[in-house]
Amino acid sequence: MSNSPKISLTDLHKGFGTKKVLQGVNLDVAAGESVAIIGGSGTGKSVTLKCVLGLLTPDSGSVKIDGVEMVGAGRNAQDAMLAKTGMLFQGAALFDSLPVWENVAFGLIEGQGTDRKKAYDIAIARLADVGLGAEMADMSPASLSGGMQKRVGLARAIATQPEILFFDEPTTGIDPIMGDVINDLIVKCTRELGACALTITHDMASARKIADRIAFLYQGKIIWDGPVADVENSDNPYLQQFISGNTEGPLDLDLKHL
Amino acid sequence: MPILAPIGRVFLAFLAVVGRVTVFAAKTLLHCVTPRFYFRLILKQMCEIGYFSLPVVAMTTLFAGMVLALQSYSGFSRFSAESAVATVVVISITRELGPVLAGLMVAGRVGAAIAAEIGTMRVTEQIDALVTLSTNPFKYLVVPRVLAGLVTLPILVFIGDILGVLGGYMVGVNKLSFNSGAYIQNTFQYLETLDVVSGLVKAAVFGFIITLMGCYQGYYSRGGAQGVGQATTNAVVSSSILILISNYIVTELFFVR
Repeated sequence: MSNSPKISLTDLHKGFGTKKVLQGVNLDVAAGESVAIIGGSGTGKSVTLKCVLGLLTPDSGSVKIDGVEMVGAGRNAQDAMLAKTGMLFQGAALFDSLPVWENVAFGLIEGQGTDRKKAYDIAIARLADVGLGAEMADMSPASLSGGMQKRVGLARAIATQPEILFFDEPTTGIDPIMGDVINDLIVKCTRELGACALTITHDMASARKIADRIAFLYQGKIIWDGPVADVENSDNPYLQQFISGNTEGPLDLDLKHL
Repeated sequence: MPILAPIGRVFLAFLAVVGRVTVFAAKTLLHCVTPRFYFRLILKQMCEIGYFSLPVVAMTTLFAGMVLALQSYSGFSRFSAESAVATVVVISITRELGPVLAGLMVAGRVGAAIAAEIGTMRVTEQIDALVTLSTNPFKYLVVPRVLAGLVTLPILVFIGDILGVLGGYMVGVNKLSFNSGAYIQNTFQYLETLDVVSGLVKAAVFGFIITLMGCYQGYYSRGGAQGVGQATTNAVVSSSILILISNYIVTELFFVR
Protein backbone atom coordinates (compact mmCIF):
# COMPACT_ATOMS: atom_id res chain seq x y z
CA MET A 1 0.00 0.00 0.00
CA SER A 2 1.54 3.25 -1.09
CA ASN A 3 1.81 6.18 1.31
CA SER A 4 1.39 8.70 -1.50
CA PRO A 5 -1.46 11.14 -0.93
CA LYS A 6 -4.84 10.42 -2.47
CA ILE A 7 -5.02 13.98 -3.80
CA SER A 8 -1.94 16.12 -4.35
CA LEU A 9 -2.00 19.68 -5.65
CA THR A 10 1.35 21.29 -6.42
CA ASP A 11 1.91 24.94 -7.36
CA LEU A 12 -1.50 25.19 -9.03
CA HIS A 13 -2.10 28.38 -11.06
CA LYS A 14 -5.27 29.41 -12.82
CA GLY A 15 -6.34 32.78 -14.20
CA PHE A 16 -9.19 34.21 -16.23
CA GLY A 17 -7.98 36.99 -18.51
CA THR A 18 -5.94 39.35 -16.36
CA LYS A 19 -7.41 38.03 -13.09
CA LYS A 20 -5.14 35.51 -11.38
CA VAL A 21 -7.41 33.35 -9.23
CA LEU A 22 -5.04 30.57 -8.12
CA GLN A 23 -1.45 31.64 -7.54
CA GLY A 24 0.35 28.51 -6.41
CA VAL A 25 -1.97 26.23 -4.43
CA ASN A 26 -0.21 23.36 -2.64
CA LEU A 27 -2.26 20.76 -0.79
CA ASP A 28 -2.11 17.04 -0.03
CA VAL A 29 -5.04 14.90 1.14
CA ALA A 30 -4.19 11.45 2.51
CA ALA A 31 -6.34 8.34 2.13
CA GLY A 32 -9.23 8.35 4.60
CA GLU A 33 -8.57 11.97 5.53
CA SER A 34 -11.16 14.74 5.38
CA VAL A 35 -9.85 18.20 4.47
CA ALA A 36 -11.86 21.40 4.25
CA ILE A 37 -10.63 24.35 2.20
CA ILE A 38 -12.05 27.48 3.76
CA GLY A 39 -11.89 31.04 2.56
CA GLY A 40 -13.97 34.05 1.63
CA SER A 41 -15.97 34.51 -1.52
CA GLY A 42 -13.86 34.89 -4.66
CA THR A 43 -10.67 33.46 -3.14
CA GLY A 44 -10.58 30.53 -5.59
CA LYS A 45 -12.15 27.66 -3.62
CA SER A 46 -14.52 26.57 -6.42
CA VAL A 47 -11.82 27.05 -9.06
CA THR A 48 -9.50 24.76 -7.05
CA LEU A 49 -12.17 22.07 -6.89
CA LYS A 50 -12.97 22.38 -10.60
CA CYS A 51 -9.27 22.04 -11.44
CA VAL A 52 -9.08 18.86 -9.35
CA LEU A 53 -12.14 17.40 -11.11
CA GLY A 54 -10.85 18.35 -14.56
CA LEU A 55 -13.75 20.73 -15.19
CA LEU A 56 -11.17 23.51 -15.58
CA THR A 57 -7.63 23.13 -16.93
CA PRO A 58 -4.98 24.78 -14.73
CA ASP A 59 -2.57 27.23 -16.40
CA SER A 60 0.30 25.46 -14.65
CA GLY A 61 0.99 23.14 -11.75
CA SER A 62 0.13 19.57 -10.98
CA VAL A 63 -2.98 17.68 -9.86
CA LYS A 64 -2.31 14.08 -8.89
CA ILE A 65 -5.00 11.58 -7.91
CA ASP A 66 -3.57 8.36 -6.47
CA GLY A 67 -0.19 9.45 -7.84
CA VAL A 68 -1.49 9.81 -11.41
CA GLU A 69 -1.02 13.19 -13.06
CA MET A 70 -4.37 14.59 -14.20
CA VAL A 71 -3.27 17.82 -15.87
CA GLY A 72 -3.02 17.03 -19.57
CA ALA A 73 -4.12 13.43 -18.96
CA GLY A 74 -6.04 11.57 -21.65
CA ARG A 75 -9.73 10.71 -21.57
CA ASN A 76 -9.13 7.22 -20.20
CA ALA A 77 -7.17 8.52 -17.21
CA GLN A 78 -9.83 11.18 -16.58
CA ASP A 79 -12.60 8.57 -16.78
CA ALA A 80 -10.69 6.27 -14.40
CA MET A 81 -10.29 9.15 -11.95
CA LEU A 82 -13.96 10.18 -12.17
CA ALA A 83 -15.06 6.56 -11.66
CA LYS A 84 -13.63 6.63 -8.14
CA THR A 85 -14.97 10.05 -7.15
CA GLY A 86 -18.31 11.43 -6.01
CA MET A 87 -19.31 15.06 -5.90
CA LEU A 88 -22.00 17.00 -4.03
CA PHE A 89 -22.64 20.29 -5.81
CA GLN A 90 -23.54 23.54 -4.08
CA GLY A 91 -27.04 23.64 -5.57
CA ALA A 92 -27.23 19.79 -5.67
CA ALA A 93 -27.27 20.00 -9.54
CA LEU A 94 -29.93 17.30 -9.82
CA PHE A 95 -31.17 16.52 -13.33
CA ASP A 96 -34.65 18.04 -13.67
CA SER A 97 -35.60 15.65 -16.45
CA LEU A 98 -35.13 12.54 -14.30
CA PRO A 99 -36.96 11.31 -11.18
CA VAL A 100 -35.13 11.21 -7.86
CA TRP A 101 -34.15 7.52 -8.06
CA GLU A 102 -32.65 7.91 -11.56
CA ASN A 103 -30.64 10.90 -10.32
CA VAL A 104 -29.21 8.76 -7.52
CA ALA A 105 -28.61 5.80 -9.82
CA PHE A 106 -27.23 7.88 -12.72
CA GLY A 107 -23.56 7.06 -12.09
CA LEU A 108 -24.42 3.36 -11.74
CA ILE A 109 -26.51 3.16 -14.93
CA GLU A 110 -24.56 5.48 -17.22
CA GLY A 111 -21.09 5.27 -15.68
CA GLN A 112 -20.89 1.61 -14.64
CA GLY A 113 -23.55 0.05 -16.89
CA THR A 114 -25.49 -1.40 -13.95
CA ASP A 115 -28.84 -3.02 -14.77
CA ARG A 116 -31.73 -0.55 -14.17
CA LYS A 117 -33.58 -2.84 -11.75
CA LYS A 118 -30.47 -3.40 -9.66
CA ALA A 119 -29.61 0.30 -9.85
CA TYR A 120 -33.12 1.13 -8.59
CA ASP A 121 -32.64 -1.07 -5.53
CA ILE A 122 -29.26 0.52 -4.80
CA ALA A 123 -30.78 4.00 -5.23
CA ILE A 124 -33.51 3.20 -2.68
CA ALA A 125 -30.83 1.95 -0.24
CA ARG A 126 -28.73 5.13 -0.72
CA LEU A 127 -31.82 7.30 -0.25
CA ALA A 128 -32.44 5.46 3.03
CA ASP A 129 -28.81 6.18 4.02
CA VAL A 130 -29.53 9.91 3.78
CA GLY A 131 -32.84 9.64 5.58
CA LEU A 132 -35.20 9.69 2.61
CA GLY A 133 -37.95 7.14 2.06
CA ALA A 134 -38.71 5.05 -1.02
CA GLU A 135 -41.81 7.19 -1.62
CA MET A 136 -39.45 9.93 -2.82
CA ALA A 137 -38.05 7.73 -5.59
CA ASP A 138 -40.43 8.73 -8.35
CA MET A 139 -40.72 12.41 -7.42
CA SER A 140 -39.28 15.18 -9.54
CA PRO A 141 -36.23 16.95 -8.02
CA ALA A 142 -37.99 20.30 -8.57
CA SER A 143 -40.70 19.32 -6.07
CA LEU A 144 -38.18 18.80 -3.23
CA SER A 145 -37.01 21.36 -0.66
CA GLY A 146 -33.42 22.64 -0.73
CA GLY A 147 -32.42 20.35 2.15
CA MET A 148 -33.96 17.31 0.48
CA GLN A 149 -32.23 18.14 -2.81
CA LYS A 150 -28.89 18.27 -0.98
CA ARG A 151 -29.57 14.89 0.57
CA VAL A 152 -30.48 13.42 -2.82
CA GLY A 153 -27.27 14.99 -4.17
CA LEU A 154 -25.35 13.30 -1.35
CA ALA A 155 -27.05 9.97 -2.11
CA ARG A 156 -26.00 10.38 -5.75
CA ALA A 157 -22.41 11.20 -4.71
CA ILE A 158 -22.08 8.03 -2.60
CA ALA A 159 -24.10 5.70 -4.87
CA THR A 160 -21.06 4.34 -6.70
CA GLN A 161 -19.14 3.88 -3.41
CA PRO A 162 -16.34 6.26 -4.41
CA GLU A 163 -12.90 6.41 -2.83
CA ILE A 164 -12.83 10.21 -2.98
CA LEU A 165 -15.69 12.58 -2.16
CA PHE A 166 -15.89 16.26 -3.01
CA PHE A 167 -18.31 18.62 -1.30
CA ASP A 168 -18.93 22.11 -2.67
CA GLU A 169 -20.43 24.39 0.00
CA PRO A 170 -22.59 21.58 1.45
CA THR A 171 -24.51 23.78 3.89
CA THR A 172 -25.01 26.89 1.76
CA GLY A 173 -28.60 27.88 1.11
CA ILE A 174 -30.22 25.74 3.80
CA ASP A 175 -31.25 26.47 7.40
CA PRO A 176 -28.78 25.77 10.25
CA ILE A 177 -30.62 22.68 11.50
CA MET A 178 -30.76 21.10 8.06
CA GLY A 179 -27.15 22.20 7.59
CA ASP A 180 -26.22 20.20 10.68
CA VAL A 181 -28.16 17.19 9.39
CA ILE A 182 -26.17 17.40 6.12
CA ASN A 183 -22.90 17.69 8.07
CA ASP A 184 -23.75 14.60 10.14
CA LEU A 185 -24.68 12.68 6.98
CA ILE A 186 -21.43 13.67 5.29
CA VAL A 187 -19.40 12.49 8.31
CA LYS A 188 -21.39 9.22 8.48
CA CYS A 189 -21.20 8.47 4.75
CA THR A 190 -17.51 9.36 4.49
CA ARG A 191 -16.64 7.12 7.47
CA GLU A 192 -18.76 4.22 6.23
CA LEU A 193 -17.10 4.37 2.81
CA GLY A 194 -13.64 4.96 4.27
CA ALA A 195 -13.29 7.62 1.59
CA CYS A 196 -11.10 10.68 1.63
CA ALA A 197 -13.03 13.93 1.39
CA LEU A 198 -12.23 17.40 0.11
CA THR A 199 -14.77 20.04 1.09
CA ILE A 200 -14.85 23.70 0.17
CA THR A 201 -16.87 25.91 2.44
CA HIS A 202 -17.01 29.28 4.16
CA ASP A 203 -19.14 27.84 6.96
CA MET A 204 -16.76 27.36 9.92
CA ALA A 205 -19.25 25.24 11.88
CA SER A 206 -19.51 22.89 8.93
CA ALA A 207 -15.73 22.78 8.42
CA ARG A 208 -15.13 21.98 12.11
CA LYS A 209 -17.64 19.14 12.01
CA ILE A 210 -16.71 17.55 8.67
CA ALA A 211 -12.95 17.96 8.48
CA ASP A 212 -9.88 16.45 10.16
CA ARG A 213 -7.73 19.19 8.70
CA ILE A 214 -8.41 22.73 7.48
CA ALA A 215 -6.64 24.69 4.74
CA PHE A 216 -7.21 28.44 4.54
CA LEU A 217 -7.20 29.84 1.00
CA TYR A 218 -6.54 33.54 0.55
CA GLN A 219 -5.66 35.41 -2.63
CA GLY A 220 -5.09 32.18 -4.54
CA LYS A 221 -2.74 30.52 -2.02
CA ILE A 222 -3.10 28.22 0.98
CA ILE A 223 -1.75 30.47 3.73
CA TRP A 224 -2.56 28.19 6.67
CA ASP A 225 -2.97 24.44 6.87
CA GLY A 226 -3.40 22.38 10.03
CA PRO A 227 -5.60 20.14 12.20
CA VAL A 228 -9.07 21.39 13.09
CA ALA A 229 -8.11 21.56 16.77
CA ASP A 230 -5.36 24.09 15.98
CA VAL A 231 -7.58 26.58 14.15
CA GLU A 232 -8.68 28.46 17.27
CA ASN A 233 -5.10 28.76 18.58
CA SER A 234 -3.56 29.78 15.30
CA ASP A 235 -1.51 32.95 15.35
CA ASN A 236 -2.28 33.62 11.69
CA PRO A 237 -4.04 37.02 11.76
CA TYR A 238 -5.82 36.36 8.46
CA LEU A 239 -7.31 33.10 9.70
CA GLN A 240 -8.23 34.64 13.05
CA GLN A 241 -10.11 37.45 11.33
CA PHE A 242 -11.91 34.96 9.07
CA ILE A 243 -13.09 32.66 11.87
CA SER A 244 -14.09 35.55 14.11
CA GLY A 245 -15.96 37.29 11.27
CA ASN A 246 -14.55 40.75 12.08
CA THR A 247 -14.61 43.35 9.33
CA GLU A 248 -11.49 44.97 10.83
CA GLY A 249 -8.22 43.16 10.16
CA PRO A 250 -5.62 42.30 7.54
CA LEU A 251 -8.02 40.55 5.09
CA ASP A 252 -8.63 42.58 1.94
CA LEU A 253 -12.43 42.39 1.83
CA ASP A 254 -12.73 44.36 -1.41
CA LEU A 255 -15.42 46.59 0.14
CA LYS A 256 -15.98 50.26 -0.53
CA HIS A 257 -16.12 52.23 2.76
CA LEU A 258 -19.76 52.85 3.62
CA MET B 1 -8.30 55.20 -36.13
CA PRO B 2 -11.32 55.75 -33.88
CA ILE B 3 -13.81 54.50 -36.54
CA LEU B 4 -11.90 51.43 -37.72
CA ALA B 5 -11.17 50.06 -34.26
CA PRO B 6 -14.80 49.23 -33.31
CA ILE B 7 -15.40 47.74 -36.79
CA GLY B 8 -12.30 45.59 -36.39
CA ARG B 9 -13.39 44.48 -32.91
CA VAL B 10 -16.83 43.46 -34.18
CA PHE B 11 -15.28 41.59 -37.12
CA LEU B 12 -12.80 39.76 -34.89
CA ALA B 13 -15.60 38.86 -32.47
CA PHE B 14 -17.64 37.55 -35.41
CA LEU B 15 -14.72 35.42 -36.60
CA ALA B 16 -14.25 34.06 -33.08
CA VAL B 17 -17.92 33.01 -32.94
CA VAL B 18 -17.68 31.37 -36.39
CA GLY B 19 -14.61 29.46 -35.19
CA ARG B 20 -16.30 28.31 -31.98
CA VAL B 21 -19.45 27.18 -33.82
CA THR B 22 -17.32 25.31 -36.38
CA VAL B 23 -15.37 23.49 -33.64
CA PHE B 24 -18.65 22.71 -31.84
CA ALA B 25 -20.15 21.32 -35.07
CA ALA B 26 -17.03 19.22 -35.76
CA LYS B 27 -17.08 17.80 -32.22
CA THR B 28 -20.78 17.05 -32.57
CA LEU B 29 -20.29 15.21 -35.88
CA LEU B 30 -17.40 13.23 -34.41
CA HIS B 31 -19.51 12.17 -31.42
CA CYS B 32 -22.41 11.31 -33.79
CA VAL B 33 -20.34 8.54 -35.38
CA THR B 34 -18.47 7.21 -32.34
CA PRO B 35 -20.04 5.17 -29.52
CA ARG B 36 -21.62 5.43 -27.01
CA PHE B 37 -25.15 6.06 -28.37
CA TYR B 38 -28.09 6.90 -26.12
CA PHE B 39 -30.92 5.36 -28.18
CA ARG B 40 -33.57 6.06 -25.53
CA LEU B 41 -32.65 9.75 -25.56
CA ILE B 42 -32.57 9.87 -29.37
CA LEU B 43 -36.12 8.44 -29.49
CA LYS B 44 -37.26 10.85 -26.77
CA GLN B 45 -35.85 13.81 -28.69
CA MET B 46 -37.41 12.59 -31.94
CA CYS B 47 -40.73 12.69 -30.11
CA GLU B 48 -40.03 16.17 -28.64
CA ILE B 49 -38.71 17.69 -31.85
CA GLY B 50 -40.75 15.82 -34.45
CA TYR B 51 -44.05 14.66 -33.03
CA PHE B 52 -44.79 17.74 -30.93
CA SER B 53 -43.89 20.10 -33.81
CA LEU B 54 -46.37 18.39 -36.12
CA PRO B 55 -49.41 20.61 -35.33
CA VAL B 56 -47.41 23.82 -35.87
CA VAL B 57 -45.88 22.63 -39.14
CA ALA B 58 -49.20 21.21 -40.35
CA MET B 59 -51.09 24.47 -39.74
CA THR B 60 -48.33 26.54 -41.34
CA THR B 61 -47.98 24.51 -44.53
CA LEU B 62 -51.73 23.93 -44.92
CA PHE B 63 -52.48 27.67 -44.87
CA ALA B 64 -49.39 28.45 -46.96
CA GLY B 65 -50.74 26.12 -49.68
CA MET B 66 -54.19 27.71 -49.45
CA VAL B 67 -52.84 31.26 -49.73
CA LEU B 68 -50.50 30.26 -52.54
CA ALA B 69 -53.43 28.91 -54.57
CA LEU B 70 -55.39 32.12 -54.05
CA GLN B 71 -52.47 34.41 -54.86
CA SER B 72 -51.23 32.53 -57.90
CA TYR B 73 -54.78 32.30 -59.28
CA SER B 74 -55.36 36.05 -58.96
CA GLY B 75 -51.95 36.75 -60.53
CA PHE B 76 -52.07 34.17 -63.32
CA SER B 77 -55.62 35.07 -64.34
CA ARG B 78 -54.18 38.34 -65.68
CA PHE B 79 -52.60 36.43 -68.56
CA SER B 80 -55.00 33.47 -68.69
CA ALA B 81 -52.61 30.97 -67.08
CA GLU B 82 -54.95 29.76 -64.31
CA SER B 83 -54.21 26.13 -65.20
CA ALA B 84 -50.67 26.56 -63.83
CA VAL B 85 -51.97 27.13 -60.28
CA ALA B 86 -51.71 23.47 -59.21
CA THR B 87 -48.16 23.17 -60.60
CA VAL B 88 -47.04 26.40 -58.97
CA VAL B 89 -48.48 25.33 -55.62
CA VAL B 90 -46.82 21.91 -55.58
CA ILE B 91 -43.41 23.14 -56.79
CA SER B 92 -43.39 26.11 -54.41
CA ILE B 93 -44.40 23.99 -51.47
CA THR B 94 -42.02 21.08 -52.07
CA ARG B 95 -39.01 23.13 -53.10
CA GLU B 96 -39.25 26.21 -50.87
CA LEU B 97 -42.21 26.92 -48.63
CA GLY B 98 -42.45 23.50 -47.02
CA PRO B 99 -38.85 23.27 -45.80
CA VAL B 100 -38.35 26.99 -45.08
CA LEU B 101 -41.61 27.56 -43.21
CA ALA B 102 -41.25 24.29 -41.27
CA GLY B 103 -37.62 25.16 -40.51
CA LEU B 104 -38.47 28.62 -39.21
CA MET B 105 -41.40 27.36 -37.12
CA VAL B 106 -39.32 24.54 -35.60
CA ALA B 107 -36.46 27.00 -34.96
CA GLY B 108 -38.86 29.12 -32.88
CA ARG B 109 -40.34 26.17 -31.02
CA VAL B 110 -37.50 23.69 -30.66
CA GLY B 111 -34.35 25.82 -30.98
CA ALA B 112 -35.50 28.06 -28.13
CA ALA B 113 -36.49 25.10 -25.94
CA ILE B 114 -33.14 23.34 -26.47
CA ALA B 115 -31.15 26.49 -25.68
CA ALA B 116 -33.23 27.16 -22.55
CA GLU B 117 -32.96 23.59 -21.27
CA ILE B 118 -29.23 23.14 -21.86
CA GLY B 119 -28.54 26.73 -20.75
CA THR B 120 -30.33 26.10 -17.45
CA MET B 121 -28.36 22.87 -17.05
CA ARG B 122 -25.16 24.85 -17.59
CA VAL B 123 -25.88 27.61 -15.05
CA THR B 124 -27.15 25.14 -12.42
CA GLU B 125 -23.99 22.99 -12.80
CA GLN B 126 -25.96 20.00 -14.15
CA ILE B 127 -23.53 19.72 -17.08
CA ASP B 128 -20.59 19.67 -14.64
CA ALA B 129 -22.48 16.98 -12.70
CA LEU B 130 -22.77 14.90 -15.88
CA VAL B 131 -18.99 15.05 -16.30
CA THR B 132 -18.36 14.01 -12.69
CA LEU B 133 -20.73 11.06 -13.24
CA SER B 134 -18.53 9.79 -16.09
CA THR B 135 -20.97 10.91 -18.79
CA ASN B 136 -19.89 12.90 -21.84
CA PRO B 137 -22.27 15.91 -22.13
CA PHE B 138 -21.83 15.97 -25.92
CA LYS B 139 -22.97 12.39 -26.26
CA TYR B 140 -25.73 12.71 -23.66
CA LEU B 141 -27.15 16.15 -24.50
CA VAL B 142 -26.02 17.33 -27.93
CA VAL B 143 -25.88 14.21 -30.12
CA PRO B 144 -29.44 12.94 -29.39
CA ARG B 145 -30.91 16.36 -30.20
CA VAL B 146 -28.88 16.86 -33.39
CA LEU B 147 -29.59 13.34 -34.69
CA ALA B 148 -33.28 13.76 -33.87
CA GLY B 149 -33.37 17.11 -35.74
CA LEU B 150 -31.55 15.60 -38.70
CA VAL B 151 -34.05 12.73 -38.99
CA THR B 152 -37.36 14.31 -37.99
CA LEU B 153 -37.25 17.57 -39.98
CA PRO B 154 -37.40 15.75 -43.36
CA ILE B 155 -40.34 13.67 -42.06
CA LEU B 156 -42.09 16.82 -40.84
CA VAL B 157 -41.48 18.55 -44.17
CA PHE B 158 -42.75 15.56 -46.14
CA ILE B 159 -45.99 15.65 -44.14
CA GLY B 160 -46.04 19.45 -44.54
CA ASP B 161 -45.64 19.05 -48.33
CA ILE B 162 -48.70 16.79 -48.48
CA LEU B 163 -50.74 19.19 -46.35
CA GLY B 164 -49.61 22.23 -48.33
CA VAL B 165 -50.69 20.60 -51.58
CA LEU B 166 -53.94 19.57 -49.89
CA GLY B 167 -54.51 23.22 -48.86
CA GLY B 168 -54.02 24.33 -52.46
CA TYR B 169 -56.36 21.60 -53.66
CA MET B 170 -59.07 22.59 -51.16
CA VAL B 171 -58.99 26.22 -52.26
CA GLY B 172 -58.61 25.32 -55.93
CA VAL B 173 -61.59 22.97 -56.00
CA ASN B 174 -63.91 24.62 -53.48
CA LYS B 175 -63.14 28.31 -53.95
CA LEU B 176 -61.71 28.66 -57.45
CA SER B 177 -63.94 26.04 -59.06
CA PHE B 178 -61.18 23.85 -60.52
CA ASN B 179 -62.14 20.36 -61.56
CA SER B 180 -60.89 17.96 -58.88
CA GLY B 181 -59.38 15.43 -61.29
CA ALA B 182 -57.79 18.11 -63.47
CA TYR B 183 -56.24 19.81 -60.40
CA ILE B 184 -54.70 16.54 -59.20
CA GLN B 185 -53.44 15.74 -62.70
CA ASN B 186 -51.84 19.20 -63.01
CA THR B 187 -50.27 18.76 -59.59
CA PHE B 188 -48.36 15.64 -60.55
CA GLN B 189 -47.84 16.30 -64.29
CA TYR B 190 -44.81 18.55 -63.90
CA LEU B 191 -43.63 17.47 -60.45
CA GLU B 192 -40.18 15.87 -60.49
CA THR B 193 -38.52 13.69 -57.88
CA LEU B 194 -35.78 16.30 -57.49
CA ASP B 195 -38.35 18.89 -56.36
CA VAL B 196 -39.30 16.76 -53.36
CA VAL B 197 -35.80 15.42 -52.67
CA SER B 198 -34.23 18.90 -52.67
CA GLY B 199 -36.84 20.01 -50.11
CA LEU B 200 -36.11 17.03 -47.90
CA VAL B 201 -32.35 17.61 -48.10
CA LYS B 202 -32.97 21.24 -47.12
CA ALA B 203 -35.07 20.00 -44.20
CA ALA B 204 -32.21 17.77 -42.98
CA VAL B 205 -29.79 20.71 -43.22
CA PHE B 206 -32.24 22.96 -41.34
CA GLY B 207 -32.78 20.28 -38.68
CA PHE B 208 -29.03 20.11 -38.14
CA ILE B 209 -28.72 23.90 -37.95
CA ILE B 210 -31.64 24.39 -35.54
CA THR B 211 -30.54 21.74 -33.06
CA LEU B 212 -26.84 22.58 -33.35
CA MET B 213 -27.40 26.29 -32.69
CA GLY B 214 -29.81 25.54 -29.83
CA CYS B 215 -27.24 23.22 -28.22
CA TYR B 216 -24.33 25.61 -28.89
CA GLN B 217 -26.07 28.64 -27.40
CA GLY B 218 -27.26 26.68 -24.38
CA TYR B 219 -23.94 24.89 -23.82
CA TYR B 220 -21.96 28.13 -23.63
CA SER B 221 -24.55 30.28 -21.85
CA ARG B 222 -23.28 32.26 -18.89
CA GLY B 223 -24.64 34.59 -16.25
CA GLY B 224 -27.75 33.02 -14.72
CA ALA B 225 -31.31 33.67 -15.90
CA GLN B 226 -30.31 36.62 -18.08
CA GLY B 227 -27.66 34.51 -19.81
CA VAL B 228 -30.17 31.73 -20.48
CA GLY B 229 -32.64 34.28 -21.91
CA GLN B 230 -29.93 35.67 -24.17
CA ALA B 231 -28.97 32.16 -25.28
CA THR B 232 -32.60 31.43 -26.18
CA THR B 233 -32.90 34.60 -28.27
CA ASN B 234 -29.55 33.98 -29.95
CA ALA B 235 -30.52 30.39 -30.79
CA VAL B 236 -33.69 31.46 -32.60
CA VAL B 237 -32.14 34.45 -34.39
CA SER B 238 -28.94 32.67 -35.46
CA SER B 239 -30.68 29.50 -36.64
CA SER B 240 -33.32 31.53 -38.56
CA ILE B 241 -30.63 33.52 -40.36
CA LEU B 242 -28.58 30.38 -41.07
CA ILE B 243 -31.69 28.64 -42.43
CA LEU B 244 -32.22 31.43 -44.96
CA ILE B 245 -28.54 31.50 -45.97
CA SER B 246 -28.23 27.72 -46.28
CA ASN B 247 -31.53 27.63 -48.20
CA TYR B 248 -29.92 29.72 -50.93
CA ILE B 249 -26.76 27.59 -50.95
CA VAL B 250 -28.65 24.27 -51.19
CA THR B 251 -30.96 25.67 -53.89
CA GLU B 252 -27.94 26.74 -55.93
CA LEU B 253 -26.30 23.32 -55.48
CA PHE B 254 -29.42 21.52 -56.71
CA PHE B 255 -30.77 23.73 -59.45
CA VAL B 256 -28.01 25.89 -60.91
CA ARG B 257 -26.05 23.98 -63.52
